[in-house]
Order: sequence, then structure tokens, then C-alpha cells
Amino acid sequence: MLFHGTAIIFERYARQTLRSRFQIFFGMLMPLLYLLFFGPLLRDLPLGSPADSWQILVPGLLLQLSLFGASFAGFAIIVEKSTGVVERMRVTPVSRPALLLGRVLRDALLLTFQAVLLVLAALLMGLRAPLAGILIGFAFTAVLALSLASLSYALAMRVATPQEFGPVINAVTMPAMLLSGLMLPITLGPGWLDVVSHLTPFRYLVDAVRDAYTGSYATAHMLYGVLVAAGFAAAAVTVGTRVFRRAGA
Amino acid sequence: MTVISTSGLARTFTTPSGPVEAVRSVDLSIRAGEIVGLLGPNGAGKTTTLRMLTTLLAPTGGAATVAGHDLVADPAAVRAVCGYVAQSGGVDPFLTVREELVTQGRLYRLSRADAAARAEELAGALGLDGLLDRKAVSLSGGQRRRLDIAMGLTHRPTVLFLDEPTTGLDPGSRTDLWELVRSLRDDHGTTVVLTTHHLDEADALADRLVLIDGGTVVAEGTPAELKTRYADSPDASLQDAFLAATGRPATPAEPAPAAV
Repeated sequence: MLFHGTAIIFERYARQTLRSRFQIFFGMLMPLLYLLFFGPLLRDLPLGSPADSWQILVPGLLLQLSLFGASFAGFAIIVEKSTGVVERMRVTPVSRPALLLGRVLRDALLLTFQAVLLVLAALLMGLRAPLAGILIGFAFTAVLALSLASLSYALAMRVATPQEFGPVINAVTMPAMLLSGLMLPITLGPGWLDVVSHLTPFRYLVDAVRDAYTGSYATAHMLYGVLVAAGFAAAAVTVGTRVFRRAGA
Repeated sequence: MTVISTSGLARTFTTPSGPVEAVRSVDLSIRAGEIVGLLGPNGAGKTTTLRMLTTLLAPTGGAATVAGHDLVADPAAVRAVCGYVAQSGGVDPFLTVREELVTQGRLYRLSRADAAARAEELAGALGLDGLLDRKAVSLSGGQRRRLDIAMGLTHRPTVLFLDEPTTGLDPGSRTDLWELVRSLRDDHGTTVVLTTHHLDEADALADRLVLIDGGTVVAEGTPAELKTRYADSPDASLQDAFLAATGRPATPAEPAPAAV
């Protein structure tokens, strides 16, 4: 029943996404602008790594795409609460977690698709990376999207208005982006920043994808990245399903 | 046969300013095929009662059985036999009527083909023929309300809960909706529980009224019984009976403008 319900909910929101070119492409605008107008600045800068500057920037942009795209996913559910759509679904026998999982799968798929387009653009700009590394990057993008979208929907179920939701998400995503070293390696900075950076889960993910983009797969970064991504996803989906099971009931 | 029975059903909300007893204690006994109106002023606890009976809100006290299923122990079974139409409806305004009806059928576990057929059938039965490929936002108020009700009827529920079903409708659409509710009961034996604060609606539509005020049932009976009991005559107005039973009017009068 969970699978069946998830498929129905996924299809509903996937159809809505497919009908909206705006929704399909707009989310990748910010990382694309960084790629075009920020990426070239890094070409000849000493980044403290043997890797090419594109191999450092593009993994960061993929996770930035996921971070911002998925964190704001909850807005949709605030609208659907006001139109009664959420309660109308909750009075049907559909499995409660399916109402969450169907949505986050759509989000993960959409953001992965945008990640593919972003990497294609990056290849044109000069990125060179092994295929396996690029695929690993997509996997991290998808898992992060799934995790953050779960948390975003959970928060959106608990707040009453978009005015409460937006500022909270902004207050989390901006420091998360700065502290995780998505744009530039944090190792360029002072030691304390590096320590603080390791308190966010995103830091481990970006280090893992940067390794993957240089073709190094059996590294400590990769191990920590996989563990943190999996742990974060498990925690986020647990929180999300708990809220969806209990919300209002 | 009793379809809904509740005993001491209660819901207290915890708010920053202390607990709010939205529903203190509601005892109901509703028979199969009845049209029951829950009548009361705004904030009386009507909607909270419906939200509990439809599993949207867990009771904080009391017990209830809906169509033979315990509300707290087996909410999934209750969902399978109940339809609920909220005051706000429940369709996405920017999706088509067909899309919403088919999805609803799928959520009630119909196969793709059955859900598509059921959407056509419901559209025919509720006067939405020819509107299946229109977006909900483009429907008139009456059509929109019929769509909301079609959504609640997807799985041919034993009990249909309607929360203020005629709010915002013009007089013609209101009487059409009353007809629809009566035919649901007459043709399918559906038990209908609706909330309203329109006394004329309660009088015209409901077999039996349950007056709710301050989170408890203050009176119940057929419209004629209530008029006789509280206003001494079956020909009295329900407004008089309501006043006598609760000590205040069903719909608070709008303050008159000081100057025009």
C-alpha cells in the first residue's frame, strides 16, 4: 500500500511539474549563473588542490542546486493546505508516509534532471571529470534533495503561513551554503572555519563529490560522505514521515 | 441501525495561552440513512467534531464508532467508508476536474481504468458533464461545490460528512445542493452529516438537528420537535427555538453601521 500510494502521489506531482516549464528550468538558474559568471574567476586562482577549478566548483553547484531547490519545496504544501488538498488526501485510505514520499521522489527526480543539465553546461565551459565520478555526484544530489525536501515538507506541515516558512528556510540555507564550502574549498580559510564547517552535513557531501570528480573513489572523504548522506536521509525521512503520520491527527 | 455513535467525544487544543476546549463532550447517535444537521454558532465545535469523526484530528477524550469501526483503534477502516467535504473543498484550482476525480479514485484504490470510468460516472451524476477537462478555477460556485462533493463520493461512502456545504452559494445553487443531498440518501441510503449555521437550511434539509454550543450538544430532535419543545409551537421559527435552547442567536447579528 505504501508503494502504491507513493506511486499515485508521485505521478500527480510529476504531471504538474511536466506541465510547467518554469518549474522545470527556473530552479537551476542560480547555479547556472554561478557557473557562467563565477566559474571563470576561479580558473587561475590557487585553490590549494591539484584538481581543476571546474572539478572543485561544479560539485559545489550541484549541492547548491539541491540545497536551495529542495529546501523551498514545502511552499507547495502550504498552498495545498489552504486549498484543502492536504486534508482531502488525508481522509482517503492512502498511506500517510506515501503523501510525503511521493512528493520527495518528484523533487529528487526534478533536481537530478536539473543537475544533469548543469553538468552538461559545465562540460561546455571546460569541466572534465570521469563518468563514474559524475554519476556519483548525481547520486549525492538526489539523496540530499530527498532529505531536505522531507524536512521542508515536515516544517511546512507545522507552520500556518508562508510568512513563517520563508524566513526559517532562508536562515538555514544561507549559512549552510557559506559554511559547507560549496563555492570555494573551506580549507583555504582559517582552522576555526574548517571546524565549524564540519558541523554541517553538507561539508562531507561536497568533499565526497569533489573526490569523485577527480576519480578518487576509495577515500576517507567518500566514506564519510556516504555515511553522512545516508544518515541525514534516514533522519530526515523519519522526521518527515512522523509529521505526516501525526499532523492534525 | 446506528451508523455513528459517540460518547463524550472531546478535543482540547494546547495553545500558548493555555488549553482550549474546542469540543468538551459530544454524544451522538446517528442512524443509517439519516440526514443530520449539526447546528451552532461559529466556534461551537461543529467543524472540530467533523474533523474528529473523519480521522483528521485525534480525540483527546471519549470514544466513537463510525460504520462499525472504532475511530481511534482503526482509523483506516473509518476512512474507507467515509467521505468528507471540507468547507474549503479540496481540489487544486489549477488542475482539471478529470485529473482530480481520477486521482481521488486512485487514492481510494481503484484501478486506472476504474478510476477513469468513475470520474465520468460522477461527472454525469453531479451535473459536471462537459466540464471534465476544465480547470477547477474556471467553474462556477455551484459547479465547484458539486465537484467537491463528487470527490467525497468517489468510493460510494456509507457516511458523507459535509462541512458548511452551501457557504458562498447563490440561492438557486443552494436549493440544487439540498436536492442533491436528499437524492444521495434516497437513492443510495447514504447517511449525511452536515454542519450549518443557516437555520433555513437546517429546517429544509435535515431529518434531525443536533444543536451544538460551547463544545457540547445542547439539544437535539427533528426541527418540529425542537420548535415545539423550545418555542412552544411546531410553527415557531427555528431561530426562536435556537434562541431558547442556547440563549443566543445562531448567527450573531452584524453590527449596524453607525452612519451610511
